[in-house]
Amino acid sequence: MFSRAVLEMIGKGILETLYMTVLSSVLAYILGLPLGIVLVVTDKEGIAPMLTINRIIGVIVNIFRSIPFVILLVALMPFTRLVVGTTLGPNALVVPLVIGSAPYIARLVESSLKEVDHGIIEAAKSMGASPVQIVFKVLLPEAKPSLIMGGAIAVITILSYSAMGGFVGAGGLGTLAINYGYYRYQADIMLVTVAILVLIVQGVQELGGRLVRRSDKRL
Amino acid sequence: MAYREPMIELIGLGKTFESKNNYVKALEDINLTIYEGEIFGIIGLSGAGKSTLVRCINYLERPTTGKVIFDKIDLSEVHDYELLKIRQSMGMIFQQFNLLMQRNVLQNICFPLEIAGVSKKDAIKRAYELLEVVGLTDKAKAYPAQLSGGQKQRVAIARALATKPKVLLCDEATSALDPTTTRSILNLLREINKNLGITIIVITHEMSVIEEICNRVAIIDDSRIAEIGDVEEVFMRPKSKIARQLVFSGVNHIEHFVGEDKCRIIFDGRTSFEPVIANMVLECRTPVNILFADTKDIDGKAFGQMIIQLPEDEISKKRIFAYLETNKIPYEEVI
Ligand SMILES: Nc1ncnc2c1ncn2[C@@H]1O[C@H](COP(=O)(O)OP(=O)(O)OP(=O)(O)O)[C@@H](O)[C@H]1O
Ligand SMILES: [Mg+2]
Repeated sequence: MFSRAVLEMIGKGILETLYMTVLSSVLAYILGLPLGIVLVVTDKEGIAPMLTINRIIGVIVNIFRSIPFVILLVALMPFTRLVVGTTLGPNALVVPLVIGSAPYIARLVESSLKEVDHGIIEAAKSMGASPVQIVFKVLLPEAKPSLIMGGAIAVITILSYSAMGGFVGAGGLGTLAINYGYYRYQADIMLVTVAILVLIVQGVQELGGRLVRRSDKRL
Repeated sequence: MAYREPMIELIGLGKTFESKNNYVKALEDINLTIYEGEIFGIIGLSGAGKSTLVRCINYLERPTTGKVIFDKIDLSEVHDYELLKIRQSMGMIFQQFNLLMQRNVLQNICFPLEIAGVSKKDAIKRAYELLEVVGLTDKAKAYPAQLSGGQKQRVAIARALATKPKVLLCDEATSALDPTTTRSILNLLREINKNLGITIIVITHEMSVIEEICNRVAIIDDSRIAEIGDVEEVFMRPKSKIARQLVFSGVNHIEHFVGEDKCRIIFDGRTSFEPVIANMVLECRTPVNILFADTKDIDGKAFGQMIIQLPEDEISKKRIFAYLETNKIPYEEVI
């Protein structure tokens, strides 16, 4: 149905998309996970309340979350060039992807950690656990299933953001869909790329669910 | 009972919660000494301030006034990191058990030992010892979600004992359990107190829990201590209104539907088997109607109360009072 060249192009698109998504997810978590932890710990009801810090981080997170991704993408171009030397290609898209999704991940992490029963934290405190011990031995392990589920949601969000990068020539399946489907009216290629995106989303969601079922000892 | 050293002293303790535009006074001027090796009960109605009091003892809550002296250490004067260390010698258990749901039983018991920096090998060894104490050796690898309420509380007790605390604080530890399970948990606490010599503080809103295991009791009402004393004494002669309310809690609604002359007979510890009522009926040659009885056998002695409906005629009534008086059985007329 498709020529060899087109198939190769789709193959490359898949690899680029997976590369951007995985790399961005990892980097976004490196940024977002600590932010989420700080949001929970410094909260009014947290284990080490620090309202000023909490409020500042909260506001920054909200600002970045309210900027539409396409706009962030363009606005960050000078910064992106500074970091990776170009504004084209998968590596260039990783920069806005990380910055755009880290605040979102911080909120996901925050809500997962807040699900941990307050009584359990109280019990840990009664045993003389320090705030650091509570974070690493209570909050994170107890919230693990919820964090994994949040992880699947974050990866899928990053995947869909990465498709938007097609407009700025970032590569990956998004670029394919836009170049062929949008500019050249080749609906078949567009449909195939969209179908592949759907499959990847399905796969991530399925994998997340499976990991949760395996790790959650409450079931 | 002769007690040894004071284990916990509360001196003029007060706690006021402050929020944006209001103050909640949860505790006021609490003075209390709990001695080494005793089982001390704290009872009160919901919202009286019991949980706040127990959380002040291990400084999970910082009192706004007064002092907590634990094992001769004034907790207001120690640094935060010392406080963490001190909390390791005060175990605590809760109504909702508060086990780590993602850790199995063994790992839960190891948890406080990890916190205290005990090596993994020693922690596991200690955890198995404690599983033996609470009778759950076969559940070592089970997760909390797979346990019954009573079993969860046993795990929580084992966990609280892991760091060999001097004191065990129990905040409504049996309130989520059925009566049979409650009794078995209370028995376990009594054993722990006897065999390990751990001082136990029991917070509850149920008088039956107090009488089952406590030596002394403090009754908290509206943020203050209303009454304090030996359990027997408080039971026999409750002085404060709140104490009467708690001790005679089952009685009130009976008074509603019987409007006649009644009399409350109090059993203050004569042998359980002396048939007081039967003798009275024989001697006075008049029938009585038992409306309510709540008597318990404590160490082979009868404690509790019974409410009887008195006969109509004044002569029989007088005879009954005379009988009770000559036999030195405490009673009072109930109106
Ligand atoms: N963190 C808090 N902030 C504000 N008020 C509080 C706080 N904790 C407790 N209080 C208030 O202090 C009072 C005593 O509460 P506490 O939990 O000690 O009661 P309790 O005797 O344990 O009741 P219960 O039997 O329902 O557990 C209540 O009026 C409660 O609303
Ligand atoms: Mg309470």
